[in-house]
Amino acid sequence: MTSVKPVLRLDGIVKTFPGVRALDGVSFSVMPGEVHALMGENGAGKSTLMKVLGGVHQPDSGAIHIGEEVVAIADPLEAKAKGIVFIHQELSLAEELSVAENIYLGELPRKSFGRVDWGKLAAETDAILKRLNVRFDANDRVGDLSIANQQMVEIARALTVEAKAVIFDEPTASLTDAEKVVLFDVIADLKAIGVGIIYISHRMEEIFRITDRISILRDGRYQGTVATAETTEEDVTRMMIGRNLDLSRNASHHEMGEVALEVRGLSCGDLFRDVSFEVRRGEVVGFYGLVGAGRTEIAETLFGLRVPSAGQIFLDGEEVRIQSPADAIAHGVSLVPEDRKGQGLVLGMNCRDNMTLPQVDEMKTGPFVAEGAEIAIFDEYRERLDIRTPSWRQKAGNLSGGNQQKIVIGKWLSMNPRVLIVDEPTRGIDVGSKSEIHKLLRALAAQGYAVMVISSEMPEVLHVSDRIVAMYSGRIIRSFSSEEVTEDSLIQAISGLGGDQAA
Amino acid sequence: MATITRRQVGDALAQQGILIAFAVFMVAFTLANPRFLEVDNVFSVVRSSAILGIMALGVTFVVISGNLDLSVGSMMSFSTIVVLDLHDQIGPLLAIPAMFAMTLCLGALIGFLVGYLRLNSLIVTLGMLSAIHGLTLTYSGGQNMDIADKEGTWFGVFGQGFALGIPVPILIFVALAALLGLVLARTPFGRKVYAVGGNSAAATFSGIRRGRTVFVCYLLSAACVATAGLIQASRSLGSQNTVGQGLELEVLAAVILGGASLMGGSGTIFKTVIGVLILGFIQNGLLLIGLPFYVQFVVTWIIIILAVWLDIAAKRGRLWSPIA
Repeated sequence: MTSVKPVLRLDGIVKTFPGVRALDGVSFSVMPGEVHALMGENGAGKSTLMKVLGGVHQPDSGAIHIGEEVVAIADPLEAKAKGIVFIHQELSLAEELSVAENIYLGELPRKSFGRVDWGKLAAETDAILKRLNVRFDANDRVGDLSIANQQMVEIARALTVEAKAVIFDEPTASLTDAEKVVLFDVIADLKAIGVGIIYISHRMEEIFRITDRISILRDGRYQGTVATAETTEEDVTRMMIGRNLDLSRNASHHEMGEVALEVRGLSCGDLFRDVSFEVRRGEVVGFYGLVGAGRTEIAETLFGLRVPSAGQIFLDGEEVRIQSPADAIAHGVSLVPEDRKGQGLVLGMNCRDNMTLPQVDEMKTGPFVAEGAEIAIFDEYRERLDIRTPSWRQKAGNLSGGNQQKIVIGKWLSMNPRVLIVDEPTRGIDVGSKSEIHKLLRALAAQGYAVMVISSEMPEVLHVSDRIVAMYSGRIIRSFSSEEVTEDSLIQAISGLGGDQAA
Repeated sequence: MATITRRQVGDALAQQGILIAFAVFMVAFTLANPRFLEVDNVFSVVRSSAILGIMALGVTFVVISGNLDLSVGSMMSFSTIVVLDLHDQIGPLLAIPAMFAMTLCLGALIGFLVGYLRLNSLIVTLGMLSAIHGLTLTYSGGQNMDIADKEGTWFGVFGQGFALGIPVPILIFVALAALLGLVLARTPFGRKVYAVGGNSAAATFSGIRRGRTVFVCYLLSAACVATAGLIQASRSLGSQNTVGQGLELEVLAAVILGGASLMGGSGTIFKTVIGVLILGFIQNGLLLIGLPFYVQFVVTWIIIILAVWLDIAAKRGRLWSPIA
């Protein structure tokens, strides 16, 4: 490797935003045929660095080398022209167009009079699809493909330009295990033809499976690069967060209180059927199951976003009808939604206003919002939840994922809810903030809150729950106490009892 | 950090472009015609901007909530014609509240369609522009409306009167701007308008009733239109039934000039007032340098497009970008 020149080299990249030094002298290089992991907590600077590479942001200082050449990347088109290709977490495809049209969008092969050369288009697309070894057709409508296959279309698009470096940003976030295997094969192929790959992920297991080297960022500063074969998960984690993680299973045993929420025979069309459970004060009940098992839909029904077709809901023993989120909030049911940016926060609004939004009607001096009281609430929860932001004036969109999630949690805690429902509490949040959020959920239970946690991550469910409810295909299959649950029994339950009809 | 990069200059241009352009206009007009900045002329600009300005105050709420209101021009014609007609039939004291009630009904209808039924506001208000125009013509039988006894009524006070030496329309505009500015910036309702426009899903997930919030925005807009119609009717004590035609675009121009985003979630009453004044001064300036009044229509559109461009440029952080 020593005589080989890197395809991409970053040298002392610095980028500052008002009040934040987002990147502080980041340097590393990617060799041809190397899979190079980029790791760091949320807010460590990965996204900013990628935006610099993609021409979205210009660095304040430092140089980007592609091959021998120092380049300035003015905008995303230029990045692509220089052979830097991004495979984003959020896909950017035209759903109504065919696979072939998407791959060659803007560069369709032409015949005379500007007519599209469909024959050539199909032939070239087929060649690429064959290389990727996928099971869909050049003429398929992209909107009909699975997320995994749509990702393949994006990768195919990358192969049409002479890609020097391909950047994968959390590519496996919405893939099944089988789809991941296909993705990793494709990455191996890219590697074989000498493309440099930057692989961004929070998932250690993947990093150790497919990458050659790992570069780590913390607080915008480059922490070093290590060879994957010569390091351990623990070392990498330590470099990322600078402290050891508490990975133990939930073992706290405090007194449980009264039943705060009881659900009897609740159904909502085909989404979930005949669901019954209860949540006590001081208890965290984890809902575990595959995507589509009906967990989020239960939460949405309890929060008044869906109308149940049958069943009863009791709060503190009293039956309630919840027909809107406003009803739910009035009854003390609160929901931290799965989609933090889309549903949890108004990103353009400041942190304080976001936090007090549900109770803004109650916080008044005369006809006006009592801003002093709002700031007091914000300061209280900033301290309690350790929200890191210079001021309440900061727009919520400028915070890292972990801090954003704490704003949403604070929003509900400040209203002293009877039941707190948290859907995917740590989705897209880095390791360090994750364990903080877990501790927070445990602490809330210890303080006597009734907490319902929905999660797709088994370690998370095991770690925070006093009881675990396993769901499969809209039904509750089994409820486990934290002492009796085992990984095997849980997996069996969420794949439908015997496991013979596993999805 | 210490040196100013070209990029930062570009950002500043993109963000402050309107104010800079405005300053250039003002200097140019003053050089062309020194009368431009005289007290009399400034007063006359503000006075003639008052009707547009009052309508823009209401539309600001609608735009921040993430919607549009293209019906305000024809709704203003409606208010004007109705109040003039009722003046002679039931007297001004009853005519004014009756006209307000009828205009608010129109606002409520739009608010219901856009807020509760969640129909697209562009389609609804474009349709209402035409429908209300038809309603006005039906009501008036296609005739222009005049008050019979122009000498014997006190009704002219809203459009022609003075208090403390200041024209009443200006006082109404300033008072409403102050009131609605407080409502938007300081009350829970104002906060909800920003939330609904900024991220309607997140607002819903925070228990805010989106439909009701949008509904109230359209009611406010209709109330402002009714006030504008009252001043218009009172100013001339008679009116054509197309008096508000085209105002919807000028109003929207003023709101956007002020910097409210058409995507919703941003803008302030103060900025809208600035936008109204910019538009008023530029139109007045064009007249003073001797251009015919219809040049305004072209210039207004150029200004709108410039404003929209700069708004987007400020978001992208650069004046021109190959991608959206």
